[in-house]
Amino acid sequence: MANLTTDFIGIKSPNPFWLASAPPTDKEYNVRRAFEAGWGGVVWKTLGSEGPPVVNVNGPRYGAIWGADRRLLGLNNIELITDRPLEVNLREIKSVKRDYKDRAMIVSLMVPCDEESWKAILAHVEETEADGVELNFGCPHGMAERGMGSAVGQVPEYIEMVTRWVKQHSRMPCIVKLTPNISDIRKPAEAAKRGGADAVSLINTINSITSVNLDSFSPEPMIDGKGTHGGYCGPAVKPIALNMVAEIARSRETHGLPISGIGGVTTWRDAAEFMALGAGNVQVCTAAMTYGFKIVQEMISGLSQYLDDKGMTSTADLVGRAVPNVTDWQYLNLNYVTKAQIDQDACIKCGRCYAACEDTSHQAIAMLPGRMFEVMDDECVACNLCVNVCPVENCITMVEMPKGAVDPRTGDAVGDYANWTTHPNNPSVQAAE
Amino acid sequence: MTNSPLTPGIVPSRLPADRIARHFADHTPPLDGHEALVAADRCYFCHDAPCVTACPTSIDIPLFIRQIATGTAESAATTIWTQNILGGMCARVCPTETLCEEVCVREVAEGKPVEIGRLQRFATDTAMARGLHPFVRAASTGKSVAVVGAGPAGLACAHRLAMHGHEVVVYERRAKAGGLNEYGIASYKSTGDFARREVDWLLQIGGITVKTGVELGRDVTLDGLLASHDAVFLGIGLGGVNSLRAPGEDKAGVADAVDFIAELRQTADLTTLPVGRDVVVIGGGMTAVDAAVQSKLLGAENVTIVYRRGQEKMSASGYEQDHATSAGVRIICNAAPVAVHGNGAVREVEFGYMADTPAGLQPTGETFRLKADQVFKAIGQTLTGAPEGATLEGGKIAALPARVWAGGDCTGGGEDLTVTAVAQGRDAAEDIHNVLMGVAG
Ligand SMILES: Cc1cc2nc3c(=O)[nH]c(=O)nc-3n(C[C@H](O)[C@H](O)[C@H](O)COP(=O)(O)O)c2cc1C
Ligand code: SF4
Ligand code: SF4
Repeated sequence: MANLTTDFIGIKSPNPFWLASAPPTDKEYNVRRAFEAGWGGVVWKTLGSEGPPVVNVNGPRYGAIWGADRRLLGLNNIELITDRPLEVNLREIKSVKRDYKDRAMIVSLMVPCDEESWKAILAHVEETEADGVELNFGCPHGMAERGMGSAVGQVPEYIEMVTRWVKQHSRMPCIVKLTPNISDIRKPAEAAKRGGADAVSLINTINSITSVNLDSFSPEPMIDGKGTHGGYCGPAVKPIALNMVAEIARSRETHGLPISGIGGVTTWRDAAEFMALGAGNVQVCTAAMTYGFKIVQEMISGLSQYLDDKGMTSTADLVGRAVPNVTDWQYLNLNYVTKAQIDQDACIKCGRCYAACEDTSHQAIAMLPGRMFEVMDDECVACNLCVNVCPVENCITMVEMPKGAVDPRTGDAVGDYANWTTHPNNPSVQAAE
Repeated sequence: MTNSPLTPGIVPSRLPADRIARHFADHTPPLDGHEALVAADRCYFCHDAPCVTACPTSIDIPLFIRQIATGTAESAATTIWTQNILGGMCARVCPTETLCEEVCVREVAEGKPVEIGRLQRFATDTAMARGLHPFVRAASTGKSVAVVGAGPAGLACAHRLAMHGHEVVVYERRAKAGGLNEYGIASYKSTGDFARREVDWLLQIGGITVKTGVELGRDVTLDGLLASHDAVFLGIGLGGVNSLRAPGEDKAGVADAVDFIAELRQTADLTTLPVGRDVVVIGGGMTAVDAAVQSKLLGAENVTIVYRRGQEKMSASGYEQDHATSAGVRIICNAAPVAVHGNGAVREVEFGYMADTPAGLQPTGETFRLKADQVFKAIGQTLTGAPEGATLEGGKIAALPARVWAGGDCTGGGEDLTVTAVAQGRDAAEDIHNVLMGVAG
């Protein structure tokens, strides 16, 4: 059985599955039950400064989009940081950590952008014996308007400054949580690194409006006839999060900076993908909010089985395995030629591949008598659309043409590796000649 | 071919070999990988799921289905086996339509439950095909336990005891282990010698010795077992069969349905197994249905189930009844046998119609006769061979001397299902373990 024990910036946990800072980690009752269910760690729901807590709306705070069978694909929220008194949260954090020494306990923080506020809260957190802090520079609504959250996270200089204060006033490991509401995720990551962060975590939620009520003409979730943009998360954001994680993992400036991967992790497979792209562990919010804490059991069993099947003995063997294979478009091999192939035994004859290719791609699938669908290699550009629209997994696959074989579409023999940078159609190649 | 469904008497080979082979192939074919994903995707991962409550072994169904959906059927099998070590057989024989699938929220919502049984089979078959047995024995405790009866209860008990590090000896009176899984299940529900393969797989845990051909009361006694073991578990099932109490019952051609089913299961070439042209099965449970359907599948021309009460009282589920009628079996209700007629061998059975009155079943006075050259009795099994010291209640073991436990059909409470026997054997093993190790229970 593979060992799922994870050491993330010196913080040990029995598995790499942490609950992200959010409602699942907002109080002792939840966190104890989460630990009993098997979660390896939690990032406590973001704490603010001393004084009267923030207030939340008293109407709906979530909106959603659904797939077939009303499966929740994306969730958005207009919730703020914890609305419970600071001292209550601190007391509970201390009490839970005392009883679960083997689990990771990280405290998420968001206080005004001045050194005194940060210094004050760090002293309180140290007393709880939590394992580390996470700086919430990501919350896109409510707090940003008050100069916190993503208002800080969108300005690399602020990130660097606050991170430096935190490292100066505390011995605790410090994770900087990044907002995706920015055009180049590497910039805030670099700033966090310069400020001395031990790790970054990403992504926080994405600015969004999930739907519009066509009777009341207000965005959802609707509060008294009005709505506001909220933070988007859940399975739908995973591709965005994966890309951002990969960008940081492969960038020269931030390569090697530990990453806690967040955004749409729903199954063990999602977690493994984040880890292969360089995340040392993952954090989960929406999946737990959709299915309850028990899903961690499938994540644990699934990841162990996968590691065993791959002959890997620990999660460290997996972390970063895919990073060297993330590259820029211009380095992709233009002499890698594939053709779609339909497995006639697996085909259920729905015809979706035909409609997709005929109407919107390259007219490369023939519909033969008896609803038999066949790829015409002399037309197929290998776009993969048929593979993606086929409801039967592995029914249509991409088959690589061997070197030297003649591609019936172009009439050219498949050659050696060659990419855009040397391609004759590339204007800059001609210019150099 | 020499015989046909019309050949009089009890004869073999009424149908060509290929038809018999087709008739006895997998009744519910296994799901392939794609079908399993589609089926798994329908599960809502309910909280405190009703299906789990309905499963006598409390398998964590939403979890194992999620594990299938995420491409780890092997982990799903571990989830199943942790609760039910005979999960492979239960996936085939459980009347899911009256257990987990009956209460699935999607059955309630749409009349089409998640196919829990077939998914369970997919997971366990996948893991067994890979030769996985995800359990190891704890360090030896030095304690030894005798398990009497290698049926579902005994096997489940033995496996759990072995896991806890006890040494287990299983005593089985028949030639093979498996109990009703081996001898009592309709052939088309357990093809490919699955019962034997599952027993072999289960024994991989180690620490279990199976002694076949040993019968309690004949070859060993309870006192003798208690002298050589620290504890005894009785999973002896129900060895006897109720009689019709109608004159003529001893005529040739009248047999016990359970014996017919057992013989059928042990016959390698079913074209050699004789069956009547006109078969009458008396009873209303799953044994009656299994005997009737299999007679029909062997090529009997007319097969009739006769049950003394109304159809709604039959213990065979609606699904089983439909299965019988769609195989061509006729079901007559509210009629009880009055006499078996014939000169040496049975030729007709006479029935009287019954009225279910507040004062009990009463004959209406009207009778009818059914042609029959073979009659199967399926009106319930009885406990035989209960050891001295056991207290019986309602014909089942209710109390036992110290250091003796029991489970399965020989005890009350269950509905005589494989899955309840497994639950009882497993729970008895935990109890035995706690007592032997001095853990306060
Ligand atoms: C209702 C809700 C409240 C959240 N509150 C916080 C918060 O207080 N602090 C924080 O850092 N992130 C917060 N998040 C963001 C999550 O921690 C996480 O980054 C995001 O949901 C993406 O992960 P997921 O796709 O697994 O949900 C919140 C998310 C939700 C849905
Ligand atoms: S989830 Fe609970 S708190 Fe939220 S609306 Fe439903 S009942 Fe109310
Ligand atoms: S009741 Fe049905 S949908 Fe709900 S968990 Fe059980 S199998 Fe899944």
